[in-house]
Amino acid sequence: METLLKLIVFLPLLGAILAGLGGTAVFRYIGSAPPVQDAHDDDDGHHHHHYDGPRWPMLLTTALLMVTAVLSWIAFFDVISGNTYKVVLMEWVRSGEMTASWALRVDTLTAVMLVVVTTVSALVHLYSLGYMSHDPHQPRFFSYLSLFTFAMLMLVTSDNLLQMFFGWEGVGLASYLLIGFWYNRDSANAAAIKAFVVNRVGDFGFALGIFAAFVLFGSIEFDPIFAAAGEMQGKTLTFLGWEVPALELVALLLFMGAMGKSAQFLLHTWLPDAMEGPTPVSALIHAATMVTAGVFLVARMSPVYELAPFTQDVVVVIGAITAFFAATVGLVQNDIKRIIAYSTCSQLGYMFVAMGIGAYGVGMFHLFTHAFFKALLFLGAGSAIHAMSDEQDIWRMGGLKNYIPRTYAMMLIGTLALTGFPFTAGYFSKDAIIEAAFAAHEPLAMTAFWLLVVAALFTSFYSWRLMLVVFHGKPRASRETLARVHESPLVMMLPLYVLALGALFAGWLFKDWFIGAAEAEFWGAALYRAADNDIVQALHHVPAWVVWSPFVMMVIGFSVAVLFYVVKTDLPEKLATALRPLYLFLLNKWYFDELYDWLFVRPAFAFGRLFWKVGDQKIIDGLGPNGVAARVLNLGSITSRLQSGYVYHYAFAMLLGIAGLLTWLMMGG
Amino acid sequence: MTDWPILSVITFLPLIGALFILVIRGDDEVARRNMRATALFTTLFTFAISLLLLAGFDPDAAGFQFEERRTWFGLMNYHVGVDGISLPFVLLTTFLMPGVILASWNVKKRLKEYLIAFLVLQTLMVGVFVALDLVLFYLFFEGALIPMFLIIGIWGGARRIYASFKFFLYTLAGSVLMLLAMIVIYWQTGTTDIAQILSSPSTLPVDLQKWLWLAFFASFAVKMPMWPVHTWLPDAHVEAPTAGSVVLAAILLKMGGYGFLRFSLPMFPAASEFFAPLVFVLSVVAIIYTSLVAMVQEDIKKLIAYSSVAHMGFVTMGIFALNKQGVDGAMFVMISHGLVSGALFLIVGVIYDRMHTREIAAYGGLVHRMPLYAFIFMLFTMANVGLPGTSGFVGEFLALTGAFVTNTWVAFFATTGVILSAAYALYLYRRVIFGPLQKRELKQIADMNWREAAVLLPLAVLTIWFGVQPGAVISLYDNAVNTLLGQVSAGLELANGVVKEAAARP
Repeated sequence: METLLKLIVFLPLLGAILAGLGGTAVFRYIGSAPPVQDAHDDDDGHHHHHYDGPRWPMLLTTALLMVTAVLSWIAFFDVISGNTYKVVLMEWVRSGEMTASWALRVDTLTAVMLVVVTTVSALVHLYSLGYMSHDPHQPRFFSYLSLFTFAMLMLVTSDNLLQMFFGWEGVGLASYLLIGFWYNRDSANAAAIKAFVVNRVGDFGFALGIFAAFVLFGSIEFDPIFAAAGEMQGKTLTFLGWEVPALELVALLLFMGAMGKSAQFLLHTWLPDAMEGPTPVSALIHAATMVTAGVFLVARMSPVYELAPFTQDVVVVIGAITAFFAATVGLVQNDIKRIIAYSTCSQLGYMFVAMGIGAYGVGMFHLFTHAFFKALLFLGAGSAIHAMSDEQDIWRMGGLKNYIPRTYAMMLIGTLALTGFPFTAGYFSKDAIIEAAFAAHEPLAMTAFWLLVVAALFTSFYSWRLMLVVFHGKPRASRETLARVHESPLVMMLPLYVLALGALFAGWLFKDWFIGAAEAEFWGAALYRAADNDIVQALHHVPAWVVWSPFVMMVIGFSVAVLFYVVKTDLPEKLATALRPLYLFLLNKWYFDELYDWLFVRPAFAFGRLFWKVGDQKIIDGLGPNGVAARVLNLGSITSRLQSGYVYHYAFAMLLGIAGLLTWLMMGG
Repeated sequence: MTDWPILSVITFLPLIGALFILVIRGDDEVARRNMRATALFTTLFTFAISLLLLAGFDPDAAGFQFEERRTWFGLMNYHVGVDGISLPFVLLTTFLMPGVILASWNVKKRLKEYLIAFLVLQTLMVGVFVALDLVLFYLFFEGALIPMFLIIGIWGGARRIYASFKFFLYTLAGSVLMLLAMIVIYWQTGTTDIAQILSSPSTLPVDLQKWLWLAFFASFAVKMPMWPVHTWLPDAHVEAPTAGSVVLAAILLKMGGYGFLRFSLPMFPAASEFFAPLVFVLSVVAIIYTSLVAMVQEDIKKLIAYSSVAHMGFVTMGIFALNKQGVDGAMFVMISHGLVSGALFLIVGVIYDRMHTREIAAYGGLVHRMPLYAFIFMLFTMANVGLPGTSGFVGEFLALTGAFVTNTWVAFFATTGVILSAAYALYLYRRVIFGPLQKRELKQIADMNWREAAVLLPLAVLTIWFGVQPGAVISLYDNAVNTLLGQVSAGLELANGVVKEAAARP
């Protein structure tokens, strides 16, 4: 089993290295110049090219991921039968008490993540064989995908905060590289940097959280932390001059990292822009796996969060606001990928609400099902974009259901699952979160409950809006585009079929394990719950109207969408005109980008220039060397004398010093 | 374990190589080839011998190893030796020098003098790290500036005169005070032997410690360089030839940090503790201020130079955290920065050799023509921003941990450096490497050649290796740092009569 676990983690790395260093042009032009290309060849690297390089890098990485996925399912069923594993690979950092190993810690929580990550990754690799088949840089693309998978697996198998941070920043690197994959586009490069830097803001908190954990527990390994968490209740740490509850501080700082990675309210701005990356990337990284790392972090650290009630409240508030905020923005977006991106952001908010009220298994359940239907939606959207010759504006699509019926069917399944249509995946997991929020019986959780219910309404509306505008009605694309519309090849459809199965049945099949009767046994010691935390039982005993509310919201959302985009199609226009300020507010994403630009980006550059031109050049140099120079010497005359005079002066001064010192010595000796 | 003077051989072998080059006659291509070969062979051979040093070094032994004592000219005490703190710097120097020579392969102007300057510089730099006598240390420490001064002043760029003058002025100011302080130490302790002074806890009166600390600080702070005496560095880097920048960033800057660890902490523990807040403030200002300045630079070398100042802020912060993680981290940052900043300056050199400009705006889209270059540059950019898995992460992480243990304010502000470094480093990379290749002059640019790859690939391998297995480095100095911190706490105990918890923490 230990070998199997090692294979799961390191096969993707092997693929990434072989494809990245052997399959790309990295070593091709040492000592020579590549052939000069035509200028306009460099436009955007997609669809204008044909690939004539080797096929093995793509096939190899995909095959390795397939193997990894199969092995992960084997590991999953082994672990849920009651086994846990801890494989120490080697020591990483050791400095006094600060120790961290490279290790693989596999319990149910990790096993769930293993199957999610490797399954979706394998399917996305497969899909990309078709989607990227014209791209001249596809070996590089597959190398990055596998590298991402490796980093994500290191994250979920970590046995200490430091290895988690390694995976955390590693997926950040892969995300940066993949968002900026089409590096000719300025917008892609900007989005890549934005993603990395905003994530680093979160990592700033994560790093401080690790330091605080070290000071508190004297260790950053999970086992000692979990064992000692109970004793640390009531302890305080001095942080920035404040005497604060120690566990709260650790939990809150770590949560800041989670907010960055999972694009939560205030640190969400990078995720919509990340859609600049190729669509398979959006499905894998920016929907199914990487963005859920924050949720995983809170679940992993549940022994700490469970004892940090204030931080739990913060998690609930941030999660609920995100779920609501992102849904409102999703209502009016016109780019098919951005709509789904805001939907992801919103669903992540749902998961955090579950985490914050202590319903860890419920949040993990939604993470699990969401991976299937959101990856399905993204890959389906990719299939539509592919069919439409790279068009992403939903208003230039329309009527596609007759052109690409299988893609339409898959998108329909994804939409049903997302909106929580009875017995699909979302119905079990998303509704469970809403019920749990009600069952928590706290004022904050109750507010969250109402925000989530409204967000469910919005979710249904924007999802059906997308479906109706893209697939129904009259085709709005140009005749040339329509002439080229084609259903995607089997290699792209196959992953959609598999994910569709997950979107339909993952909830029904797994609900007993994740949140039902068998849940205590299923999770084992992987999730910690305080003795008085019975939320998972309580959520099954809420009033009927609570159970029905998400369903009602779904129906209302659907009906309004039909009204707006099928029955009275001039209504949205009128509404947008009548409520223009609100419409613009939503369309511009609550003006967060503008606000941050004004608040952080501009001042940073302004201060940089100020420090440079005034601080360094005027003040420091003016008072220092230049001032001295002006007073003592004429700089011009130095020029002529430098090579002869000054070295000797310096050497002379030094020798004089030595002589003086030696004199002292002799006199003393 | 050896009965031959291995440290002296390592120190002075380059000088012998320089003598050989001196006697090579003529300036034709054959002669130039011989000079380069001699220099390369000398540095490679020196590096090979330094590996013997590594093999024979016992990290667990107390005190200095490979000690040699001799009397020079009847009055000067020649005493050398290494411990876990100095050994990594000796190895760093000997490891980098062959690459430095290789990076200078295309130098046209006064090649003979150029190579001699670098070989002499190597002797002086190694001398700084092995010297165990105050006078000897001073000799090497100040002497190392002369070849560097010449390298900038003769082989530098357009404003080389201004840059070398500034370099000279700053360092001279610092060194005079250090010399005076050394005289006082001798006067107080009756010896100039560093090993002997360090053999017992510092008994210098606290008030005197403070003055001496300040005097040494003046010299080391300039060398680091710390804010606000850092402005010589960007100018020196910009004007220096590539190899000069590599040596300056990778090794010369480490002399300041080494000096703090060798002198300031163990000899003036009470003063170190007293002035720690001052150092913290300067370090934090350096990290934030110079990172912001780096972001708005238009010259690639200047940007990397400012980034160096920011990284050195982590070093001084870690050292004066006065605890295990802080000092371990500071040591690691210095070693890692030696590899990474050295590599980054070599990387700039690659395109400077082709285009003869360092202006960021003159580039863009290089990835289309230089895939290997883009890959290597990305790797070192990530190491520079401290991505876990590269050597850049381990040191920063430990130094910040150490700072957090001592003072959360310091750690809080210093950690913002991880955000800012990502911003300036990725912004630079984007402007140079990414984007369409539109500039006419760049259409024919060639990827790295074998010589350039041979210089950078070993650095890349070490950067990853030390990132994954930092123990390879930490284990060398682990014991020595414990000893150092023991000296500090013993000195504090003597000075205050109480054990300071911060210093005693393992």
